[in-house]
Amino acid sequence: MTLLSGYAPFTARVRSNMPVVWVLALAAAGAACIPLVYLIVRAAQADAATWSDVLSESTLHLLLNTAALTLAVTATSAALALPMAYLTERTDLPFAGFWRSITIMPLAIPSYVGAFAFIIALGPNGSLQDLLAPLGVERIPEFYGFVGSWLVLTLFTYPYLLIVIRAGLRDLDPAIEDAARSLGQSAWGAFWRVTVPQLRVPLAAGSLLVALYVISDFGAVSMMRFDTFTRSIYVRFSSTFDRSSIAVLCLVLVALVAVVLAVDWSQRRNARYHRLGSGAARTPRLVQLRRYRWPSVFALVAIMAVALLVPVAVLFHWLSIGLQSGETFPGLLDAALNSMYASALAGAVTVAISIPIAIVVVRRPGFLSRIVDRVSYIGYALPGVVVAFALIFFTLRVTPGLYQTLATLIFAYAVLFLPQAISGLRTSLVRVQPGLEEASRSLNRNAWQTFYSVTLPLIAPGVLAGFALVFLTTMKELPATLILSPIEFDTLATDLWGHQEDVFFARAAASALLLLGCAALPMIILFGHDRELRT
Amino acid sequence: MCNDLVRWRCALVWCLVLIALSATLTTACASNGDANELIIYSGRSETLVGPLIERFEEATGIAVRIRYAGTAELASALLEEGDRSPADVFYAQDAGALAALAEGGLVQALPADVIERVPEPFADAEGRWVATSGRARVLIISSERVPNPPHSVFDLVNEEWRGRVGWAPTNGSFQAFVTAMRQIHGEEATEAWLRGMLANDVVTFPGNSPIVQAVGDGEIDVGLVNHYYLFRFTAENPDFPAVNHFTDPGSAGGLVNIAGVALLTAAASDEPGLAFVRFLLSEEGQTYFRAQTNEYPVASGVAARSELTPLDQLNPPSLALTSLSDLEGTLQLLQQVGAIP
Repeated sequence: MTLLSGYAPFTARVRSNMPVVWVLALAAAGAACIPLVYLIVRAAQADAATWSDVLSESTLHLLLNTAALTLAVTATSAALALPMAYLTERTDLPFAGFWRSITIMPLAIPSYVGAFAFIIALGPNGSLQDLLAPLGVERIPEFYGFVGSWLVLTLFTYPYLLIVIRAGLRDLDPAIEDAARSLGQSAWGAFWRVTVPQLRVPLAAGSLLVALYVISDFGAVSMMRFDTFTRSIYVRFSSTFDRSSIAVLCLVLVALVAVVLAVDWSQRRNARYHRLGSGAARTPRLVQLRRYRWPSVFALVAIMAVALLVPVAVLFHWLSIGLQSGETFPGLLDAALNSMYASALAGAVTVAISIPIAIVVVRRPGFLSRIVDRVSYIGYALPGVVVAFALIFFTLRVTPGLYQTLATLIFAYAVLFLPQAISGLRTSLVRVQPGLEEASRSLNRNAWQTFYSVTLPLIAPGVLAGFALVFLTTMKELPATLILSPIEFDTLATDLWGHQEDVFFARAAASALLLLGCAALPMIILFGHDRELRT
Repeated sequence: MCNDLVRWRCALVWCLVLIALSATLTTACASNGDANELIIYSGRSETLVGPLIERFEEATGIAVRIRYAGTAELASALLEEGDRSPADVFYAQDAGALAALAEGGLVQALPADVIERVPEPFADAEGRWVATSGRARVLIISSERVPNPPHSVFDLVNEEWRGRVGWAPTNGSFQAFVTAMRQIHGEEATEAWLRGMLANDVVTFPGNSPIVQAVGDGEIDVGLVNHYYLFRFTAENPDFPAVNHFTDPGSAGGLVNIAGVALLTAAASDEPGLAFVRFLLSEEGQTYFRAQTNEYPVASGVAARSELTPLDQLNPPSLALTSLSDLEGTLQLLQQVGAIP
């Protein structure tokens, strides 16, 4: 997939071996392997009966359920995210800055909160039922099970794809679209024949994030009463405390994840997505929506009404009940500050750690870089509580002085969310022409100067996307935070958990709403500004 | 592009500032482990026990630091930490988790005078843990649609209750109840009951609160839950249309499970932990459970709320709470009949 250029591709390339980058990348990959090592150690203690118990027929049933849900959610998320990304990034959509920030917010809603809100709103005798009752609707259809899980997970995971695709769109060289238009393609034709194929990397990376999230989710499927593999791991774990049989189950999950990763890898082409030859990409042209302008706005309003307004309305309803009965909410401000602080740190550290991995994956394709890339997904695809146990095991043996400090907690977030940062970075890095870096080196800049002054500014959209993803998911992370945080380090997610557990709905609603607000603020700063595009 | 570059440099500077800040904070936090400080891992939430812990600090002058999380998560974390655990005391929501830690050799025996504060079934035979409060299994029933409530949980398999009953088979309290049923009524009767319930279109929920909510909403008419969930709903809405119904005393339907406490062998010093256990079993602690968490007091001399059936009329005398730790068998049974994944 060579971009237009009057010049022949570079052949005589300065190939440095990048030893420092390799060391950093391998160290990051090693950290990502900690959960896997832990699982193998614990599974080795399991007896034959445990293995045969785990590898039974019901396990196959669970795997099929999980696979079906994963495929369905990934497909619908992509179908939602691709047009939303294009609309908010490349068209003259009214209030584009507002839409850019608001459309990714559903990611900050914990899946169990979203699912519970939907049950309240759409369940039997829920708010929707009350609204429809005068119209003669006696009972709205059941949506528990597969359908409910599908709906809820799609609505709260499509932002993974949206964020990554948008970073891809920002880096896209508009020259090829212009060329397609000059060859007689309509705007629609250029989108399908040129833009979408060019977005192969972000589409695949975002889909992988969605798919692995679905595999690891517990909150939504348990609320929606759908049996998946992760749900069965949680059920067993919270009843038996038998860590070796959990480890065996988790290894089966790792096998499923390996299949997903292999499928994803087989889809990757050794294609070139960056510009060749001289010159820089121009700022893209703003596509005129014309008569589709207001229908597009309407479609976005409709999606946001379901994904954001329903949960927020339910939360406000509970909050108002609590406020009327005179409840106060002490300690929320501290929790909010802790959440913001830990999430920002996690975002920064995870992006920093993932840069070397992204560089070796994009710039030095080969067996070793492929392994480095694939193992980084393990922590993300496992249930969070298992990763937390792995880090107890690791920290107490290697750095006991750091156990349950902020450093360990941030490290845990990095192990959990590394692939999110890598996805963002990789999307941007594939567009950076190596020739630019080589030119910088030839002008006597050393590797670090080149990275800082040439590469980093060029991959800024990917860095921001990676940061945003890690920040938003850290805000709502629960199992690792509960166990590994410094003692009495309350976050909004732990506060929310503590109160919904006890049916103190008003307080839980207050922390959930504050969580959304705290998540929204940085997203508005990062994405809410107007872009300077040609009209 | 130029604009992006400036924004980008700013973000980088902020990140560096944050990292520097965190480094200082981490070193400040790293100095844990004061000898006169009590570290508690609590599977009971802050809203339930936070005020009581504050009273303990005032009464004894002992500084408490507390980690709240799920009982199962904390028990597993403690097993993973072993001797290296920073915790002194484990305060658990059920007897099974305490028994698991006792089996793992992570808890120390409590002195006889502490054990003697509670009647026999509410402490470990070897004194390795003690109950602090109790909760009863009840049927929550709609006060509008159930004129003739069932006498026993075994009646719920009858045609009359088809599609009207909710349960939470993944919930720890429910599983403890099934374990009790296996102990009292035998494996066959339990399996027959479970299959009968499933054949009678029982509705599955993820936990106790959604069941109570569903009874209030009219989705179901009867739910198998613990007794105190209702009081939390009626606190927010006094007209909440449901009531607790106690079934036949002496059968598994009348099970009382417990919250309890154990002293860890990893504790830096025994005294603060022991003071905490004594405080929970004191009159002040027990009265708190009755009035604030709506639970049953377990220590002798403190009576239950008047609207609840007294404790000694609920529990079958033949059942030891430690036998509730045989969850593996219950789990297999629930999986076998298809009640859980």
